[in-house]
Amino acid sequence: MIEIADLSKTFTLHNQGAAAIPVMQGAALSVAPGDCVALTGASGAGKSTLMRMIYGNYLAAGGAIRVGGVDVATAEPRDILALRRETLGYVSQFLRVVPRVPTLEVVMEPLLATGTGSEEARHRAEELLGRLNIPETLWTLSPTTFSGGEQQRVNIARGFAYPYPALLLDEPTASLDAANRDTVLTLIEEAKARGAAIVGIFHDADARARVCDREVDVSAFAPERVA
Amino acid sequence: MTPLLSVRDVTKRYGARIGCAGVSFDLYPGEVMGVVGESGSGKTTLLNCLAGQLAPDTGEVIFDTRADGPRDTLTMSEPERRMLGRTDWAFVHQHARDGLRMGVSAGGNVGERLMAVGARHYGDIRTQAVDWLGRVEIAADRVDDRPTAFSGGMQQRLQIARNLVIGPRLVFMDEPTGGLDVSVQARLLDLLRGLVRDMGLSAIVVTHDLAVVRLLAHRLMVMKDGDVVETGLTDQVLDDPQHGYTQLLVSSVLQV
Repeated sequence: MIEIADLSKTFTLHNQGAAAIPVMQGAALSVAPGDCVALTGASGAGKSTLMRMIYGNYLAAGGAIRVGGVDVATAEPRDILALRRETLGYVSQFLRVVPRVPTLEVVMEPLLATGTGSEEARHRAEELLGRLNIPETLWTLSPTTFSGGEQQRVNIARGFAYPYPALLLDEPTASLDAANRDTVLTLIEEAKARGAAIVGIFHDADARARVCDREVDVSAFAPERVA
Repeated sequence: MTPLLSVRDVTKRYGARIGCAGVSFDLYPGEVMGVVGESGSGKTTLLNCLAGQLAPDTGEVIFDTRADGPRDTLTMSEPERRMLGRTDWAFVHQHARDGLRMGVSAGGNVGERLMAVGARHYGDIRTQAVDWLGRVEIAADRVDDRPTAFSGGMQQRLQIARNLVIGPRLVFMDEPTGGLDVSVQARLLDLLRGLVRDMGLSAIVVTHDLAVVRLLAHRLMVMKDGDVVETGLTDQVLDDPQHGYTQLLVSSVLQV
């Protein structure tokens, strides 16, 4: 489902003396449907960078990133948008929403965008928010004022609302208590069971052991340092 | 799929000065494109060229018309272009006063656009006007008030209602949230997003507010001194800017 070959990335800082910082070289990764791969490596090794490149958020310098037949590294914006709508989900570390939009609508949005009826989308959103222990009294409020843990759970509910064939998870269990962590891991297991290809970053070793089939150390993709 | 709007090599000079130079892009149905850049970078010049309000020196602006398919709006006759302006295009000005008739009631402002495309039944026009005022969150009991009696945020929402009532396919917006306080901005953005999704609108939004484009635009075009220096997915351009100018622009935003 996700095939990465010979991927490289360089950051060029034009306003700081045009410093070119190579951060990744020859990255390769293959994730089959139903597979969950954990990206590991020290902080700054490039886990999030790789994940953002798969999502098309960072531009690849070279190589190919095939997700469900689309090469994200070279695709047109609208093809990437269609991919994100229908194929590739992403649960980021932080929730970013339009102010004033109620929580329920935030969670329903990916479903509405793919043409699910609003009644059905509402049911699915309510079910997820309930499972993630977001009190019903908060559903009609905007999540911008929620606590960090609540925002993270709203973010997860939104990420899992639509059954994406491929999912990217950036520390989905961070800042969650034991019960909610267990719910999130169950959601990941359910996604795997329906055939989703998952790439995740988990700092929590137990979580990694429970849901991941393989680990890929991104330090292996670090470019050779020129002394 | 045919692009709704196909822009080829549009250049506009003001004497020796460059307004905008060699701009080309395709806009597809349902897409919102943001145009950012500092003041004087040619954003508004470009928007006016695309919307038929300013004649570019060179280039083509091809619009996929309902009746005849793709047509170059720069070479079509003035009546044809005006017809497009009444039916398929909408232009939301930065200052609501430029887009409204200040001496006519709020309902009249909305209804006038319906009459321009042939609506004649007063009851229907009024019903539709009230419906649209509701959509932009203006209470029905304000329908007979003039826009002069409205706050700046309400005037801007009224301008949006007046523009969208005819069901346009392409909306040009020049700093739609400029000069509004942040709570009104948020409300307006939420409203615009909902309208774009529900009506399948395409839009070109000119702004210098990067937060606005992040929430509203699918794609982004960055202009500097009349040239397009970078284009791409909105979040990609903002999170991983490639051009020096974009990097400067993104890193200059004050954190709240």
